[in-house]
Amino acid sequence: MAEAEESPGDPGTASPRPLFAGLSDISISQDIPVEGEITIPIRSRIREFDSSTLNESVHSTIMRDLKAVGKKFMHVLYPRKSNTLLRDWDLWGPLILCVTLALMLQRDSADSEKDGGPQFAEVFVIVWFGAVTITLNSKLLGGNISFFQSLCVLGYCILPLTVAMLICRLVLLAGPGPVNFMVRLFVVIVMFAWSIVASTAFLADSQPPNRRALAVYPVFLFYFVISWMILTFTPQ
Amino acid sequence: MAAADELTFHEFEEATNLLAETPDAATTSRSNQPTSQGHVAVAMGSGDSYGAEDEVEEESDKASLLQEKQQQQQQPGFWTFSYYQSFFDVDTSQVLDRIKGSLLPRPGHNFVRHYLRNQPDLYGPFWICATLAFVLAVTGNLTLVLAQRRDPSIHYSPQFHKVTVAGISIYCYAWLVPLALWGFLRWRKGVRERVGPYTFLETVCVYGYSLFVFIPMVVLWLIPVPWLQWLFGALALGLSAAGLVFTLWPVVREDTRLVAAALLSTVVLLHALLAMGCKLYFFQSLPPEHVAPPHQAASLPTNIPLSPTLPRSMAPS
Repeated sequence: MAEAEESPGDPGTASPRPLFAGLSDISISQDIPVEGEITIPIRSRIREFDSSTLNESVHSTIMRDLKAVGKKFMHVLYPRKSNTLLRDWDLWGPLILCVTLALMLQRDSADSEKDGGPQFAEVFVIVWFGAVTITLNSKLLGGNISFFQSLCVLGYCILPLTVAMLICRLVLLAGPGPVNFMVRLFVVIVMFAWSIVASTAFLADSQPPNRRALAVYPVFLFYFVISWMILTFTPQ
Repeated sequence: MAAADELTFHEFEEATNLLAETPDAATTSRSNQPTSQGHVAVAMGSGDSYGAEDEVEEESDKASLLQEKQQQQQQPGFWTFSYYQSFFDVDTSQVLDRIKGSLLPRPGHNFVRHYLRNQPDLYGPFWICATLAFVLAVTGNLTLVLAQRRDPSIHYSPQFHKVTVAGISIYCYAWLVPLALWGFLRWRKGVRERVGPYTFLETVCVYGYSLFVFIPMVVLWLIPVPWLQWLFGALALGLSAAGLVFTLWPVVREDTRLVAAALLSTVVLLHALLAMGCKLYFFQSLPPEHVAPPHQAASLPTNIPLSPTLPRSMAPS
């Protein structure tokens, strides 16, 4: 590639003689394979890439994000050790779930101030600050998971409990009673266990084995509090 | 504990006791130490003699340990993440060990020296307080549910504000009272130009782990038998306060008698106030004959009286 090095790519270091004077001396012989393309097709590819997200329709943008969220929901519902939640984390799913849960759990405005279930803001604060606290705890204990990955996993694993909330609201339409309560209790316990299993499947590997229980216990407490809020929900 | 275990590991247990008390000494057993355990907390006179030589060795060890610790701690600044990581440098077995140590206080075993070994952690205090706050709110709610089962005239509603109250009061107690205690001990030691015997974090650790015994107590308070509730409360309070007293005793005993007695009784009193406050606020059960709440300012649709302010247990210092 010696001839190629004399190519006119470095005019600054050339001695003062007319530019490209030695160009005719360069001969790229046929038996030295020169690889690569001189024409630059990349620019057109970049332009294509830019326009693919800027000029696409709103529908396809939203559908792409919704599909990503849906794919992660599937990973939560059928938990197995995979990296999808960790690799492509996003916080849309947790936000949707948290807002849904808080909307369903909030008390009516007709209730007095000191009584009744949580307000919307209280549920929101518990979910997000709880998740942040658990993430900080996990990082302080020496886990090697990033902040937003952990928030993503914890938020997505609220999905079973949101499903439990929906089922509980439907069951409560049938009227109060002990059977009603037992059904709700069973559903909430099953979903609580599902949440714990799902989040542990994703989070447990990030901790050293002698501290795994220390990192998993706050997750247990977090989902326990949310389950309790769901179970004690009474429509006024 | 099985008798076989006690026989097998008795020697090593003595050795660990001694190592905890006097880290510099060789592991030779002192025959009078196990037998004097019963006397330490009660009489000041008998404890002084073995305490004196402890103090000298302890002091030099403490000074060198504190210097080492300060050197270690000054390397990462408090604005770096690794500074706070050093407070979470515990394993599961260590945390469980410390919890066991707080559940079973023994007169010769100083919690700080024996279990913490000058490595306080913040994991235990923080999560024990969080657990206690949530367990208080949940069991308080459950008590109302069970009361409603027995007497359908009580109107039940999930009282979420109790979570907030529980959280704030437990965290304030577990952080402000150790702050006051640490400040007071430093002030008392300051006149003798000595460094405070326990760092702030060690005090917080002692208080945090001592609150652990309240968690099973609160769960057992679900049983609606009043004398049983008071019994459990007294037991738990006794264990918890004993742990605190045994930890503070070596520090306080060289002070004047009045100050020592006042300090220890204040500590025990505050702990008792916390327990009683929890019982009265979260576990109020209403006899079914009452209809109108006696102290209610706003008109509530329920028949259950909720005292609007937490009685006295919020006073940190």
